[in-house]
Amino acid sequence: MIVDVDSLVSGIADGTKLAIPQDAAGVSMAATRALVRRGVRDLHLVCVPIGGLQADLLIGAGCARTIETSAVTLGEFGTGPRFAAALKAGTLQILDATCPAIHAALQAGQKGIPFIPLRGLLGTDLLTARPDWKVIDNPFAPGDAIVLLPAIVPDVALFHAPLADRHGNVFIGRQRELLTMAHAARRTLVTVEEVVARDLMADPDLAPGVIPATYVTAIAAAPFGAMPVKFRDDYSQDDNAFLAYVAAAANDAAWSVWLAAWLEEAGAVSA
Amino acid sequence: MNAAVEHVAFSATELLVVAIARLLADCRHVIVGASSPIPGAAALLARACAGGVLHVDVLGSQRHNHFTNGGVETFDLAAQGRVDAFFLGGGQIDAEANINLVGTGDYPASAVRWPGCFGSSHLYFLVPRVILFREEHTRRVLVPRVDFISAPGTSAPGVYRPGGPWKLVTGLGILAFDRQRKRFALESVHPGHSVEEVLDNTGFAVEVPPHVPHTPSPAPSVLALLRERVRAEIAETYPRFAATL
Repeated sequence: MIVDVDSLVSGIADGTKLAIPQDAAGVSMAATRALVRRGVRDLHLVCVPIGGLQADLLIGAGCARTIETSAVTLGEFGTGPRFAAALKAGTLQILDATCPAIHAALQAGQKGIPFIPLRGLLGTDLLTARPDWKVIDNPFAPGDAIVLLPAIVPDVALFHAPLADRHGNVFIGRQRELLTMAHAARRTLVTVEEVVARDLMADPDLAPGVIPATYVTAIAAAPFGAMPVKFRDDYSQDDNAFLAYVAAAANDAAWSVWLAAWLEEAGAVSA
Repeated sequence: MNAAVEHVAFSATELLVVAIARLLADCRHVIVGASSPIPGAAALLARACAGGVLHVDVLGSQRHNHFTNGGVETFDLAAQGRVDAFFLGGGQIDAEANINLVGTGDYPASAVRWPGCFGSSHLYFLVPRVILFREEHTRRVLVPRVDFISAPGTSAPGVYRPGGPWKLVTGLGILAFDRQRKRFALESVHPGHSVEEVLDNTGFAVEVPPHVPHTPSPAPSVLALLRERVRAEIAETYPRFAATL
């Protein structure tokens, strides 16, 4: 179903468990702005496996109650400033994780199984901070402790991709975590650079990089919809926008001004 | 070799890149994580020196990243033992090579919050040669005991742990970690720095052998590779860093 961006995010209710990708995979800033404009609340963000500007902005705008992530980073601009401030203020619940744990738990969701084991983690304070992660003795080789992670089943997966067709197929190329997100989530919402008339599944070169329409709930066209975050080789990160963001996010008053201005902007997304 | 060639000037960054590349010389597969320009350049330099037998994947790169199974592939490879070396850092690194990527003070309301554990809580257990890289060598970073263990330096017997800390490379020198004795030993000090300077800036006891050599200066041929081929390769992922080389 091809809709506009506002309609796309109308399916994201307060309290939604929302899976969002890392910057390199394709972040929908266009949908993020529509979500913040609508004033969504109490989101449970699942960052796959880390969050960037998008997660930090949703937290700063008061849209998130919980974040499950392996990091919130603006790359060379450091830790997500509103993320750090919210943790310090105690207004955000944090479920710290490690990258492979988020990937594996989503894979469990995709398989429809309740949990999945993962190596590592033993003796970390991360494990202590995650009472929902359990340690068992390997039933096939006693004496081998291993951590079990409950499956993650997001209510919604939301991301930005290069292409979709009118049948609802979405081309993701080799960003395969988007496929896992779509498989694991109950609903998948996608913004794309371009909607094309041809059937992407009919092209044998493209089909291996396509999420079939079966998994896709709705699609909206949003050219430059990841800006100011970089998007594959299509466009690079807008460093000036990041600098402005970080400067504003350093204090509450400047942040409110920045956010209001960002929400006012129409058309192409830029922070 | 004539005197002019022997005295090719190099920067502190170039010394680090070349020193790390030297550590990777006999690896077959090296992965470099996010926000790691110096390790990234070092891995690409090691590949250039190895003449094609070293596989390098730089996360965040399109061209120097060969994964086709998404973000999970790094961890699947590591868990199978297919990755020889990986780089980790840390806001804090302690005497027993525990690393903290989460923050200082009382968790979760950290006084200073860093981004998070990334893949460290898994990869530190699984990759045989984890190189800890942190340019800042101060008592603020190298602490007696970390405030939060993102990943422990060592594990109790019986914990599945084929991997762990191997070297610690900083702006002052290179330290080797002894997993049995749970301590670092000073291996070399970078040119222009001293053993005393290392000890003064380390917040824990370090073993110091009777003779600590200087980290070798880069060979002119290696510097040339770095400044031409590797600089161009790393620019795709880290353009601003490449411009400083």
